[in-house]
Amino acid sequence: MTDITELGIAAIRDGVAGGDFTAVEVAEAFNANIAAALALNAFIVETPEIALNMAKSVDDDRAAGKELGKMAGVPIGMKDLFCTEGTQTTAASNILGGFVPQYESTVSANLWKAGAGMLGKLNLDQFAMGSSNETSAFGNVISPWRIGGGNNAPLAPGGSSGGSSAAISARLCPAATGTDTGGSIRQPAAFTGITGIKPTYGRCSRWGVVAFASSLDQAGPMAHDVRDCAIMLESMAGFDPKDSTSLDLPVPDWEAALNSNLKGKKVGVPREYRMDGTDQDILDSWDQGIAWLKDAGADIVDISLPHTKYALPAYYIIAPAEASSNLSRYDGVRYGMREVPEGANLQDMYAATRSAGFGAEVKRRIMIGTYVLSAGFYDAYYTQAQKVRTLISQDFKAAFSECDVILAPTTPTASFPLGDKDKDPLSMYLNDVFAVPASMAGLPAMSVPCGLDKDGLPLGLQIIGNMLDEQSVLNAGLAIEERAGFTARPDKWW
Amino acid sequence: MNKYTVQGATGEFEVVIGLEVHAQISTQSKLFSGSSTEFGAEQNTQVSLVDAAMPGMLPVPNMECMRQAVRTGMALGAQINKYSRFDRKNYFYADLPQGYQISQLYHPIVGEGEIEVTLDEKDPDSATKKIGVERIHVEQDAGKLMHDQHPTSSYVDLNRCGVALMEIVSKPDMTSPKEAGAYVKKLRSILRYVGSCDGNMEQGSMRADVNVSVRRPGEELGTRTETKNVNSIRFLMQVVEIEARRQVDLIEDGGEVVQETRLFDPNRMETRSMRSKEDAHDYRYFPDPDLLPVELDDAFLEECRSSLPELPDEKRERYEKELGLTAYNAAVLTAESETSYWFEELLAQSVERTGKSDKDLAKQCANWLLSELFGALNKLSVTLEESPVSPSQGAELLSLVADGTISGKIAKDVFEIMLETKQGAEQIVEEKGLKQVSDTGAIEAAINTIIAANEDKVAQYRGGNERLLGFFVGQTMKAMQGKANPQIVNEILKKKLDS
Repeated sequence: MTDITELGIAAIRDGVAGGDFTAVEVAEAFNANIAAALALNAFIVETPEIALNMAKSVDDDRAAGKELGKMAGVPIGMKDLFCTEGTQTTAASNILGGFVPQYESTVSANLWKAGAGMLGKLNLDQFAMGSSNETSAFGNVISPWRIGGGNNAPLAPGGSSGGSSAAISARLCPAATGTDTGGSIRQPAAFTGITGIKPTYGRCSRWGVVAFASSLDQAGPMAHDVRDCAIMLESMAGFDPKDSTSLDLPVPDWEAALNSNLKGKKVGVPREYRMDGTDQDILDSWDQGIAWLKDAGADIVDISLPHTKYALPAYYIIAPAEASSNLSRYDGVRYGMREVPEGANLQDMYAATRSAGFGAEVKRRIMIGTYVLSAGFYDAYYTQAQKVRTLISQDFKAAFSECDVILAPTTPTASFPLGDKDKDPLSMYLNDVFAVPASMAGLPAMSVPCGLDKDGLPLGLQIIGNMLDEQSVLNAGLAIEERAGFTARPDKWW
Repeated sequence: MNKYTVQGATGEFEVVIGLEVHAQISTQSKLFSGSSTEFGAEQNTQVSLVDAAMPGMLPVPNMECMRQAVRTGMALGAQINKYSRFDRKNYFYADLPQGYQISQLYHPIVGEGEIEVTLDEKDPDSATKKIGVERIHVEQDAGKLMHDQHPTSSYVDLNRCGVALMEIVSKPDMTSPKEAGAYVKKLRSILRYVGSCDGNMEQGSMRADVNVSVRRPGEELGTRTETKNVNSIRFLMQVVEIEARRQVDLIEDGGEVVQETRLFDPNRMETRSMRSKEDAHDYRYFPDPDLLPVELDDAFLEECRSSLPELPDEKRERYEKELGLTAYNAAVLTAESETSYWFEELLAQSVERTGKSDKDLAKQCANWLLSELFGALNKLSVTLEESPVSPSQGAELLSLVADGTISGKIAKDVFEIMLETKQGAEQIVEEKGLKQVSDTGAIEAAINTIIAANEDKVAQYRGGNERLLGFFVGQTMKAMQGKANPQIVNEILKKKLDS
């Protein structure tokens, strides 16, 4: 029998449905891999019992002849930004230390309804703020990838969904949830040689997901391949009346409509994404991607997204502004950490609790956000950034009148050693320079692995689609996946 | 009416007043959550995950709150904004779990309107004045801190947290305590007619922030202070007076009024500084990214408009013109929606019982309601809503008078019994034998006896002392135990005495 942990969502789903193995066997196999991979620090909480119980109920349903869900028997990792009823949820921050929600996020509830099981809560950058998973209060996640040739420096799995990317890449789970505010699904997927898609803003409910920047936050699947992402996104998405920004639209059958023949499709290549500081390997992989899509039948068109260079600065105004307000609720009054120094009044308690509870990067963003919303600065920063955001959306709107999808690199470099950029926030932020524009415009965007760089580290290509057109993104991703034949994997050292 | 001024040692000062009235919207559930809004529930029993700002919780607007704000705006003839938006007002306090209040700063749902107030409601010819309304926006209320439950800690009750408020902002158009009082009274009346707020100031469902400044006549506007959370009309008028006096004294002593937030202490009859402009929060308002803009379509607006009741000003005019009521009665009957609805029900039932027109009965109904019923309620210290007598029972009584079954005087006695026994008027009249006697034979017999027994007075009457007719009427009614039809008594007496 093959090692079950080598399989992805579709294979496990089909194997369980066909009786090749039981859901409990699947859960046991992944539980074992997780227990053996503590060195990666991918999980904050492991929940092997929950995984087994959920698997057992799938096996029981199958035995009883009941109809099985889209992800029946597939155990997954849950990014610890999703509130899970009865299981600690921390957003990787001390301020939520020991917090156990009495409610289940809509996205996780949808996944359980589809038959998926929970292996544990995945580590992440604190409050999803970071690009290397170095801001977690629970320690760094270590990428399973290494440069090799004797260089054993621990590498960044990307962020903020770094626990998710590391766990999938190391076969600790076949798939995991991610959230993407400015690249937090795509960048870690690219760094670890897996696939991840951020759907159109509003596809997945934000209810029960710890908020970072409400107008940008969007959940999405991370998995081994395009088909698995399509299956999992179908299970996650859907209208939720509890989220006012949720889209009241039916969920398309993305898996069934997968088609890598791009004949008649136009692929836009944005000239502004050829930026200084981008690795030659990345530029080469982009050219390779263009060739692959041509080979799949697509026409390549040169497009312009003129406001691209303003996207990152505007993002680092809007996202911190929203975060500074969203994180106000962590005040020590009702749940989570509370610090009350001797003789403290209410203000002292706030200051002590928030000083002790938040990490440095979270504090930095709260300070930036507070500053840009302050009287006298609001128009110069926040209003201006919103205008830029509108212009970026208009750029994309114009571009999609000329093409069906856009092809670009996911990141300007491959993964980097932990500790390389954490003292220099700006160079860290630049990691998301290609990812942020699609977030600002609320567009679906995906990263698929396309090869290795000169150091043997994975690289990703990004496909950006028009509003609600996840299908074209998935199809173009599939075309690349088929041609890239990406089978590289990290040597097991953990 | 004399202009209101504050006399200082160095001259007169005018007062300029603007009001921000916070009115709790009468809805079953809160502005952004499904929690109940009922008053007086046990602490922290009406708190949802959203109200407590648990991680990942999101607000969903309760459109009924927006509907009530729009209807209120329409009742004030205000501009209704089809596009409005919610903003966050950020500050830390233990009664504010989110760390921000969701409000509407940049794009409120209702724009400019106005309210016409009568400066002296006792005087039907009193001057009226139009007070401008700047805007109405919808926002969340905060919770309530309790500092007296524990020696070193404060407790918080989040039941009120997230309840919908309308903030109704006036223009600085008022110039006296009386005008400010009249404005709030009229506003409260309109809110109750519309049904958008119960106007109950004791329970805190309506409260006002009072902005006051003073200036010498002809000068520019002075610096204003804002006295927060004033919860009765009497206090509101006192605040204006006290604060104006304080500012005038301050200026005349060479001081300067500071822009600040103040609190009213009704026990010591003074306002006290709460925080100055320097300590004022920077609220960092910005559009709430959890919420989409509120866009109202024509069908929604049309429903709001068509569901509006007749409003007090229109009603008053109709009562005067169509029902022939005096200006005073029309004003008093329409000042509160409950009174006018009670009156209209009384009138309708009386019309149904007697077959007479409403114009014929309106005056009788109005007089009975305003003197008899209100007098009785006053004695019992109960409100109209708590009245032991219903409009239909009132109509039963008045119909007996209208069709001559009992006299107006007997009606007063019957009403007393109704209040005591809760019996119906017809039953009381029947059981106690109070039916008016219109039998001319019986009346004539009584009159004959009285005339015979009082020959001296008959002679005086015939000698020209016509005022004695009252004496004979009284004697006859007494003999008939008050039940004789006074009209018939009059007729027969006159015939006999004048013959």
